[in-house]
Amino acid sequence: MSKAVSVLNGAQYTGLAKVEDAGLQGMITLRGDLGSSALKAAVKAATGAEVPGQGSVNVAENGAVAWMSTDELLLLVPYEDAVAKTAEVAEALKGEHALAVNVSDARAFFRLSGEGAREVLGKVSPVDFDEAAFKAGQFRRSRLAQVAGAFWLNEDGSFYIVCFRSVGEYVFKLLSTAAHPQSKVGVY
Amino acid sequence: MLILECPYCGVKAEETELAAGGEAHLKRFGPGSSDDEFHDYLFMRENPKGVHFERWRHANGCGKWFHAARCTMTLEVFGTYTAQTSVPTQEIIDKIAAKRPGWTWREFADEK
Repeated sequence: MSKAVSVLNGAQYTGLAKVEDAGLQGMITLRGDLGSSALKAAVKAATGAEVPGQGSVNVAENGAVAWMSTDELLLLVPYEDAVAKTAEVAEALKGEHALAVNVSDARAFFRLSGEGAREVLGKVSPVDFDEAAFKAGQFRRSRLAQVAGAFWLNEDGSFYIVCFRSVGEYVFKLLSTAAHPQSKVGVY
Repeated sequence: MLILECPYCGVKAEETELAAGGEAHLKRFGPGSSDDEFHDYLFMRENPKGVHFERWRHANGCGKWFHAARCTMTLEVFGTYTAQTSVPTQEIIDKIAAKRPGWTWREFADEK
């Protein structure tokens, strides 16, 4: 098989904040009843993290789980394991009303770090990024200028951003422009 | 700017994150109904100055449809509620009655 590369193959930009292509990331979309014990066990087995509450993300050593909606989760696993883990989750949920799909190659994954991270994301998304309003571990699906995107805040103050791969280049350029060194607003 | 709280993900979403879905609680008449009923279902819409019920979708978000009750004159939002209902919830009806006594909208009205 051909060598898999992430959407911008590790591109970086440093301005008010550092924007970087976070590389290949295994992602599994899981839909089902989030209250079911079988689903909870399958998620824990696949990622090492518990099913998160509304609007949050649980990060474990080798994976993470994000709350996408009342019946949808996004499982993050190592890229190489995505196919196997999807099959494992599907097997564990046999008989349940649930569906797991490997979407790793349909997504782009970015990391936004540095002092201006909140400001840069705040310029392109209609979300309150005040420190009191958006805290570490919070996960939010929203839009990044004209396209859909999701992001969460890490303990170290950096954001991880997920969007469709087809708009990956747009999002990278968008964030880079918003991070232009002479474009500081100073709100956050 | 209209800000609605999505009842599914709890996010206070502003207008650009949402997609408008038109009037709420339309009733489609089934087999045996008259042409007039079907015509009204297709074309006749409320255009009130005041209390109004609408469908919205949290398009750039959880993707769920929900209902919203708001005032078209002041843009005041009375509340949002689940899409899995064909009538406004009692809680919403009470909230509107508290602020707009005597309101009416299609077959719904202040009960007092």
